Amino acid sequence: MTQKFRLENGGLINRNKKLSFKFNGKTYYGYEGDTLASALIANGVHLVGRSFKYHRPRGFFGAGVDEPYAIVQLYRNNETEPNIKATEQELFEGLEAKSVNCWPSVNFDIGAINNFLKIFLPAGFYYKTFMWPKSFWYRVYEPFIRKAAGLGVASTKHDKERYEHKYEYCDLLIAGSGPSGLASAYAAAKNGARVILAEDKPRFGGSLLTSDVNIGNQSGEDWANSIISELKEMPNVVVKNRSQVFGYYDHNMLVMLEKVSDHLPKTKKHHPKQRLWYVRAKQVLISSGSIERPLVFGNNDTPGVMLSSAAKEYLKVYGVLVGKNPLVFTNNDSGYETAIEFKKNGINPIILDSRVNPQSEIIDEAINLGIKIKFSYVVVAAQGYKKVRSADIAKISDNKKQLGTVENISCDCICVSGFWTPTIHLASQSGNKTKFKEEIDAFVPGTSKQNETTLGAANGIFTLEETLKSSFTAGQELSTKITNNDNKISFPNVVEKKSSQHDKFWCVPLPKGKSYKRFLDFQNDVAVSDIEIALKEGYRSIEHVKRYTTLGMATDQGKTSNLNGLQLVSDIENKVVPAVGHTTFRPPYTPISIGAIVGREVGKHSKPNRKSPMHSWHEKNNAVFVDAGVWLRPRYYKHGNENLFEASKREAKNVRTNVGVCDVTTLGKIDIKGPDAAELLNRVYTNAWLKLPVGKARYGVMLREDGIVMDDGTTTRISENHYHMTTTTAQAANVLSHLEYYLQVVWPELNVNVVSTTEQWAGAAIAGPKSRKLLEKLFPNNDVSNEGLPFMGYTESELFGVKARIFRISFSGELAYEINVESDNGQFMWEKIIELGQEFQVQPYGTEALSTLRIEMGHVAGSELDGRTISYDTSLEGLISKKKDFIGKRSLNREAFTSGDRQKIVGVVPLDKKTSIPEGSHLVKDAKAPLPNKKLGHISASCWSVEHDNPFSLAILKDGKNMIGEKLFVMSPLKNKVIPVEIVSSHYVDPKGERVRS
Amino acid sequence: MLHIKCPYCGMRSQNEFSYGGDASVKRPELNKEISDEEWDNFVYNRKSLRGKHLELWQHLSGCRQWIKVERDTATHEIFNTYKADEEIS
Ligand SMILES: [Zn+2]
Repeated sequence: MTQKFRLENGGLINRNKKLSFKFNGKTYYGYEGDTLASALIANGVHLVGRSFKYHRPRGFFGAGVDEPYAIVQLYRNNETEPNIKATEQELFEGLEAKSVNCWPSVNFDIGAINNFLKIFLPAGFYYKTFMWPKSFWYRVYEPFIRKAAGLGVASTKHDKERYEHKYEYCDLLIAGSGPSGLASAYAAAKNGARVILAEDKPRFGGSLLTSDVNIGNQSGEDWANSIISELKEMPNVVVKNRSQVFGYYDHNMLVMLEKVSDHLPKTKKHHPKQRLWYVRAKQVLISSGSIERPLVFGNNDTPGVMLSSAAKEYLKVYGVLVGKNPLVFTNNDSGYETAIEFKKNGINPIILDSRVNPQSEIIDEAINLGIKIKFSYVVVAAQGYKKVRSADIAKISDNKKQLGTVENISCDCICVSGFWTPTIHLASQSGNKTKFKEEIDAFVPGTSKQNETTLGAANGIFTLEETLKSSFTAGQELSTKITNNDNKISFPNVVEKKSSQHDKFWCVPLPKGKSYKRFLDFQNDVAVSDIEIALKEGYRSIEHVKRYTTLGMATDQGKTSNLNGLQLVSDIENKVVPAVGHTTFRPPYTPISIGAIVGREVGKHSKPNRKSPMHSWHEKNNAVFVDAGVWLRPRYYKHGNENLFEASKREAKNVRTNVGVCDVTTLGKIDIKGPDAAELLNRVYTNAWLKLPVGKARYGVMLREDGIVMDDGTTTRISENHYHMTTTTAQAANVLSHLEYYLQVVWPELNVNVVSTTEQWAGAAIAGPKSRKLLEKLFPNNDVSNEGLPFMGYTESELFGVKARIFRISFSGELAYEINVESDNGQFMWEKIIELGQEFQVQPYGTEALSTLRIEMGHVAGSELDGRTISYDTSLEGLISKKKDFIGKRSLNREAFTSGDRQKIVGVVPLDKKTSIPEGSHLVKDAKAPLPNKKLGHISASCWSVEHDNPFSLAILKDGKNMIGEKLFVMSPLKNKVIPVEIVSSHYVDPKGERVRS
Repeated sequence: MLHIKCPYCGMRSQNEFSYGGDASVKRPELNKEISDEEWDNFVYNRKSLRGKHLELWQHLSGCRQWIKVERDTATHEIFNTYKADEEIS
């Protein structure tokens, strides 16, 4: 198929590079430099989708970021992406795209029957209709809506593309490379300021690429190119195209999306698909330009009705005609520029101008070119279903209320211009209080809240000379303040045509007896009549009207609809627009892919992975790992075909009978030094610490100020003013911050320093009846007898020449020791333990066996210290000193904490001694009681007791103290289990604690 | 993202800090007899101020110092930052 609507010459496309692409399965050709939209229009394709609510045919309305219609599903390199604007997507060889929101096809769409049957869904339709009856939601409404609606399909596959995040600082961030962006960037760059200039389109220059102007004896486009090439050469300037500054956050932090590879068939190796820039700028210059406003008339959503500026852009940038028999409908001079471009390319447009008798240079030029102009004329309605075929037009009275006789003229497109709306999104996001500018019927930025300045058309300045002058000055003055340089730039001579005043008229009245839909919001199908209904039903606040009608709530965020919506509300309400106010602009300015937001933090990069120095040994010995916070810990070591249950049972059993070794490097370690170290511990822990001798360890529990247990662990006095604290793996970071808070903020008079040494020490726990024999082999020169190194004792030694710390502490309830060596020697220590432990049947054990051992001993851990329990609940109340004050003590006499039937830790054994008890299950008195069955407690941890060879669990149970011997039921609706159980002591093994002292 | 001046390290992004609540709250002295109400006010009761607020932040991924930040809770404007033990005039 030939490109029937492509001009022979002209445009900024590369005609030497022809590209093939597919749309809805059909192959077409375009050129390098095309967008998908320009290439489709060149091929005469004007029907690209169906509207969201009524499924009316949809074509192209704009040529860029403001596009409300042409949203497609894109296929690129075996991946698919929804919500892509055809007007932004650059063409590449092999591109494939499909229409969305139409079923079964764009040409025959079942949903559109709604349109023909005139079941027009009015404002609030969803609220009114789908609210009742409730059961209809699941059976009728939801399946229907799911089938009918939707703007594409998200891929369910893993996204193999790479998305990067980048942090950058600069003096000036300039958003938009039109005349104001270029002028301000140039002036600031010449002053030596660090400048980032961002342009969302592939080409720099903005409106200069399409306007007929002259700057310093160059065309606008040539001037833009020369400025850009100069800027690119400057070391203090970063120039980025395909980069949209979409969010303006606190303290001049802006976020910009750079589409690095979306214009290529495939992302290059080592390149990201997209890059998200976090830019902290000293000053921000917003040069985001303006978007043309639509005029509102009957059937103004018909394919072929489009913005006149878009028609001009297709002509001048892409060499594409949006029609060969165009009608231009305007209320200002911009429509004339488009008509003149048509005329220059051999096409004869007709201009309908709503104004009575406007006069300007541009109008004179159009008249001189012989263009047919009808003043005081309007388009009443577009005719044609899938494409404009003709227009009903009429003369309009001077007061814009009465239409003359309606006549029909043939045309194949209607280019509309309702004047210009400054793009104030970024300024508004920054907290700028915008103000209404009467002369242009639009909002412009007002008082800045952050260091932000809006320039040119975005600031409501529509003449090139004034734009350039004010932008040069702004770039110059702001950069001088930062760099103290003051290089003056000579201002270029500017030639542009003078415009006349626009007409405030924007909405064509309905002719008698006609009920054409006149659309305001083209993406969400919100018509004039919807706003009228909302107001009739009592909605007044513009925020409410927006939500009730969905005006401006589509993915285009109402870029073309907001202002006309406000105009309509203010017309009906007889208010001025500023009194109605506008809705809030929120980031992102354009839709951003989830991948870009997530960046590289996906899969195994979603969090840091910490590994112990013995990790490679564990790997080599068939360890199966588990995440413990950010650490990777061996869960069990697989022998043959063992599963988790079998392996952990074997490992735990071996600890109880022989000796096991466990990697405990991950435990939090905090080094505490200073003359007041003991005093700090005494305030932080619930028990007494002032009399702990050097060379001794003590177990301690710390509370939060509200009395809840925060963490537990042992702390060892290494020397007079030096302590070694251990924390649980999970709480290590919080405990350090907690200590720092009290030392720096609450008790700065304490002379103590704390520092994390978690990563400095590798730790191995040696546990089991044969652990002392193993220790004797490891440290032959030390007295490790029960007298030489008693329970909770500490000594320092050398492990075959390597400095080592030996703690006699136990988590398993067995005779046990913990050896610490400097991390670099961890692997050496581990291998020595395994090597010398062979004769004692040493086996490594993982976290699963570790849990089994601590559960059957009744040692509490994270699942009991869950942020809801106090010392009493976890049977740690014996460690509460009555003689001293400590953090959280004052909270312990709260009524709920001291009540007689307070929850307490207990042991739970199934009556059949066989059924495993799911963790998290509830304990109830009567399994058959009516719902809701009163919960008495919950299972916090479960294991298979290797000592008793039956299941055993710990539970936090109401009045647990008096429940020993009671028979209850464990209920797990999740696992569909009801298990009769007996409540026993939480100390299921060695209740007197003799083994650890043996 | 806020830009916070650590009195020790200079201007840093918010993601290096963690928030520590109202800096004007003073912990009751140890071993001091106080009413339940006084203790509750210390542990639980916080004003949710709109406007200027003196708050604690910790430069967690930096020098690990707790600092005081004077910030407007509505506009996020930061007026000044202080060391934890600095007297505020
Ligand atoms: Zn710092």
